[in-house]
Amino acid sequence: MIKGNFIDNLPKVYGIYTGGFLAFIIIMAIGEQMGMSAKAIGIAFVAFTVAIYAIIGYLSRTAQADAYYVAGRQVPTVFNGMATAADWMSGASFVAMAGGIYFKGYGYMALLVGWTGGYVLVASLLAPYLRKFGCYTVPDFIGTRYGGNLSRFLAVVVLTVASFTYVTAQINATGTIASVALDIPFQYAVYVGLVSILLCSMLGGMRGVTWTQVAQYIVLIIAYLLPVFWISNKMGAGFFPHFMLADEVARIADLEAQFGLGTVKNSAADLATVPKGLAGITKAHSAVNATPWAFISLALAMMMGTASLPHVMMRYFTTPSVKAARKSVGWSLFFIFLLYSSAPMLATLSKLSLIDPNLATGIIGKSISEVQAIDWYQNWNQANLMFVSDFNGNGTLELNEFFMGGKAVVLATPEIAGLPYVISGLVAAGGMAAAMSTADGLILAIANALSHDLYYKIIDPKAETAKRLVVARVLLVVIGFAGATIAAMEIQGILGSVIWAFDFAMSGLFFPLVLGVWWKRANREGAIAGMALGLASGMGYLIWVRNGGSGFLGITQLTFGIFGSAVSLVSMVVVSLITSEPDAATQKMVDEVRVPSGKSILGKQH
Amino acid sequence: MSKQAQHWEKTRGLLIVTLAIWFVFSIGIFLFGAEMESIGGPFGYPLTYWFTCQGSLGIFVILIFWFANRQEKIDEEFGFSEKGDD
Repeated sequence: MIKGNFIDNLPKVYGIYTGGFLAFIIIMAIGEQMGMSAKAIGIAFVAFTVAIYAIIGYLSRTAQADAYYVAGRQVPTVFNGMATAADWMSGASFVAMAGGIYFKGYGYMALLVGWTGGYVLVASLLAPYLRKFGCYTVPDFIGTRYGGNLSRFLAVVVLTVASFTYVTAQINATGTIASVALDIPFQYAVYVGLVSILLCSMLGGMRGVTWTQVAQYIVLIIAYLLPVFWISNKMGAGFFPHFMLADEVARIADLEAQFGLGTVKNSAADLATVPKGLAGITKAHSAVNATPWAFISLALAMMMGTASLPHVMMRYFTTPSVKAARKSVGWSLFFIFLLYSSAPMLATLSKLSLIDPNLATGIIGKSISEVQAIDWYQNWNQANLMFVSDFNGNGTLELNEFFMGGKAVVLATPEIAGLPYVISGLVAAGGMAAAMSTADGLILAIANALSHDLYYKIIDPKAETAKRLVVARVLLVVIGFAGATIAAMEIQGILGSVIWAFDFAMSGLFFPLVLGVWWKRANREGAIAGMALGLASGMGYLIWVRNGGSGFLGITQLTFGIFGSAVSLVSMVVVSLITSEPDAATQKMVDEVRVPSGKSILGKQH
Repeated sequence: MSKQAQHWEKTRGLLIVTLAIWFVFSIGIFLFGAEMESIGGPFGYPLTYWFTCQGSLGIFVILIFWFANRQEKIDEEFGFSEKGDD
């Protein structure tokens, strides 16, 4: 099926797929009316979508190295854009982002700016040049541009540290959703999630991941936008929320003042009674609540991290041309924009529906016993995502007495707004798609780097294609199981920080990648120093700050990449300049990379 | 100057312009977040809020497409564009 004219038929294939998915939603809605249970709907949504991804994964099976590593370099710009958007938007983006905005307001929205602005760097500094290079993996570029096994090996190390930090969180998210939707214990659900992830990638490598990611994007964007538009219309806030919520944003600011946000503080003893992981509204919704440097440093770290994360970069190796790689970055960001610009709107709708006493759903100002009797409150309280307590003993719920988990903004708002359960099933399928697609990209990035760069290029350069692909698949499974095992241990607090992955990647890879294209004088010794010292200093800073170190220049454990990449830049430039310049062949190679036409540096099969 | 050097010079010029625009909307304006706050932005949102949730994001999307088109023009000008279409 996926041969010959498949590429030409893509719009039709995915058009039918989208129509089929919408029809499935309608069938489920009818099923709900006819008395289908909530649990059955949840299972149907997750099982149906995962089965489709598995079928796509099976149909994309391949025995060719270039299909396995770079999807045969024939993914059209728009579809690669969708695949990148799914690759990019993780379970955290889907489930946690609106919640972060809900609780932290402006200071958190630096992430929105950072996770989109980074694509400008990807498009202008890196993607087209790496595409011209013709590499299979990011370390492939480093190893060929700078030469030598040590530089290639260090790139593999940075890639593995950054991507593995990220992937455990994704497998955890897949497990959480599978455990809720299928009603099985988390320890088993993690492995159900893992098997679903591997079904997409194992047989077809990058080709399989590409076509499942497109399918996953379609599910996740429908699952995110449909509730936002529906809730907005149901609340009468406007039929197109993105352009029409100014009054609601202003109303929240008024209510914040009226309820004494920031002036009424909870005592430490009171807060100790709140279940772990839940938070109250303590920050302004739309007002500026962070210093310029706090905002900018976070945005900057995320932007440079975006441009250094290998699982994103390798998506642009799959386009047919350099020109297509550039355009494809634009499409990626467009598809990401659709979700990211909706998250603040969902946060606004969610917050207003809960705190506005004029709305039927508003709970602030109601009596505590009345709130505790609401069905959805009881459900989400049981799920440990909502909590109220009458701290001041006046019997009425105040703003500072209401607590919620970050995930509840996406997961609970449809139910609070009175949407049918079918929407909750849809949201579960969307969250699963988001987490799976990112996990697939990450596991593949690590396994490919280990199989191509470590095994084939360093250990056994004479290996046959068939053997290489067996090694690649074995590594895929091993890395997946390692990630799932760590995820099942639920030490999420340590390993779950998605933001760290960005800092690690930028510490070790940003300048070696960028200078490899833009500075001909950059040489092997410089790159080795830049990667090793960058990663080591970034990691050292993180460990120092986490062990009570005070830090400096306002660089926190979320932005330590700024320090790491600065060290990387300085050491790379200094070491490059005090050692000899790259040989003529390398300089010529850089010249060729800078020109889109002509042959790629590395052959089609290498 | 060789054709290739001229091409690279123009490419670098475009990079500088692109990064300058990127800098303004990712970093520059947020130096003045508090000052922009009281100004009304598009669709009636406070200006700072609008930039963080729509404005900067949308500008980045447009910027990348603009950049891609400009770079294609530069490549064509020097005969470096690829054969075949995407």
